[in-house]
Amino acid sequence: MSALELHHVEVQLGRAEIVRGVSASVEHGEWVALIGPNGAGKTTMLRAVAGLVPFDGAIAVDGMPVSAATRRELARRIALVPQIPHIPEELTVAEYVLLGRTPYIPYLAMEGGSDRRAAAEALERLGLRPFAERRLGSLSGGELQRVVLARALAQEAPLLLLDEPTSALDLGRQQQVLELVDELRRNGGLTVLSTMHDLSLAGQYADRLLLLDAGRIEAAGSPVEVLSEATLAAYYGASVRIVRENGHVFVLPRRRELA
Amino acid sequence: MSAAPPAAIRARGIPVRWGAAALLFLLASLVLGLGIGPVNLGAGPIVESTLSHLPFVHVHSPLSGADDAVLWQLRAPRVVLGALVGGMLAIAGSAYQGVFRNPLADPYLLGVAAGAGLGATIAIAYGRAGGSGSLLPVAAFAGAALGVSLAYGLGRSVGGARMSGALILAGVTVAAFMTAVQTFVQQQRSQSLRDVFAWLLGGFATATWHDVAISAPYIVVSATLLLLHRRVLDVLSLGDDEAASLGLEVRRVRLIVVVAATAGTAAAVAVSGLIGFVGIIVPHTIRLLVSPSYRAVVPLSLVVGAGFLVCTDVLARTVLSPSEIPIGVVTAFFGAPFFAAVLRTTRGAGL
Repeated sequence: MSALELHHVEVQLGRAEIVRGVSASVEHGEWVALIGPNGAGKTTMLRAVAGLVPFDGAIAVDGMPVSAATRRELARRIALVPQIPHIPEELTVAEYVLLGRTPYIPYLAMEGGSDRRAAAEALERLGLRPFAERRLGSLSGGELQRVVLARALAQEAPLLLLDEPTSALDLGRQQQVLELVDELRRNGGLTVLSTMHDLSLAGQYADRLLLLDAGRIEAAGSPVEVLSEATLAAYYGASVRIVRENGHVFVLPRRRELA
Repeated sequence: MSAAPPAAIRARGIPVRWGAAALLFLLASLVLGLGIGPVNLGAGPIVESTLSHLPFVHVHSPLSGADDAVLWQLRAPRVVLGALVGGMLAIAGSAYQGVFRNPLADPYLLGVAAGAGLGATIAIAYGRAGGSGSLLPVAAFAGAALGVSLAYGLGRSVGGARMSGALILAGVTVAAFMTAVQTFVQQQRSQSLRDVFAWLLGGFATATWHDVAISAPYIVVSATLLLLHRRVLDVLSLGDDEAASLGLEVRRVRLIVVVAATAGTAAAVAVSGLIGFVGIIVPHTIRLLVSPSYRAVVPLSLVVGAGFLVCTDVLARTVLSPSEIPIGVVTAFFGAPFFAAVLRTTRGAGL
């Protein structure tokens, strides 16, 4: 059984068809990146998996159909890190990460000892322990992104959905966060599905890429297979040079020659 | 995984000193409310008389029969009702602010109070003359529910759920309309005009134990439900999508909280008339002084709101003594500038 299976998934928002007939699967422990031009439907795809938008077709997480599950059941299996999370600036890091325990806390109850331990462990694993009492508003962008990851980790869900996890970070922080996600995936048994706009980073961290354009998967496979000059010209309208080195692929934007 | 599990972390909750300060404030305001009035009873005798009314405590009340009646038939119901209403309006304000993620939400500004006023007026004007008044909270709730639904629907359709300004403008619009209908009903049924006016000007001058009895059950149930939602309100502060991805049925939660806050507000309005801004002043003061987490804001709003309205009522009946200022005038006098200050600090929040 795959960690995630999509079968003819279609999403319509208002009159617009955003996702059209997507079928794909993600295996346990795999990192799959959704790439594609702006407006291709990447974020909507993630939101459908998280059960946040209605869809046609079938999505199953560990064999459990998303459309039939309760919100609480979904939250125990899927953790979502949105591109721009709401940050209640006055909450402390500890309070924020504890909110990740919501799927395990009875509706009107307060968190218990096991929740506090799980949240503490999440902080520990991301090296955030010294930050526990800090206000969210006092953190830098990189620290904040780690805190949001810690909240997702405290959720103890085997499938992690990341929407552009590095879009607000500088180059060094981008690499730190992605290394961290990779470490969690390898040592924590997580499966990762992320959208990524930086193709070089996507190519280095993901096992497989799904290229989405106008709601359809137009290319799928290893980074070496998907990231070609012809494909990127066709779907991004981009002029790039592809550099291959030790099995890694780098995508360099290249200005078109002036005639 | 580390070998030894790390020590657990915790949320701040209510710091002990602030919890104690809030309770002390409430206690002091109750004593003040009981002690101040045209007849000077003295603090010592009031305490002794209070003790003499408790079961299993054998203290003889030092007050004369007349003084005892002043204390227990005039002042005590007034103070208790003020505390109930103040606590309810403040906790309802904090709850509306939480579910609508809108720092400006307040029972008065959302059309809840005006709706309750309309419902109550209709009940008084068309209800059985000299009826028991137990229908009042129900009618007030129907009007209040209508008011908040209209305001929320209108606000959403105009500005989306997150636009603070749109929601409040919609609330004010709905309130204005409902007040107009209410005035029409009241003038049309002029034989009940006096009753309606007495109720509208509100305040607690005519408070009786009967008022306490008809509003207390709603207020207790509503406040208890809201208290139980304090952690859930923190989850909602992450936005609908993130709250849902954490396992919350956002729409259902919002409905439960709004219904609870509206029922409690309606019961409060039914016995006190229109009193604005309590739901803004109290929760925001707590946010500034203590913590913005609803774990602190919701319970402390209940306690501090109760003390706040009792104190406000003392002001209302002493400043121009022997005549009284309507208590809504006093709360607006302090609340409107406060609202302006909150407005200035939340310009970034979608206004």
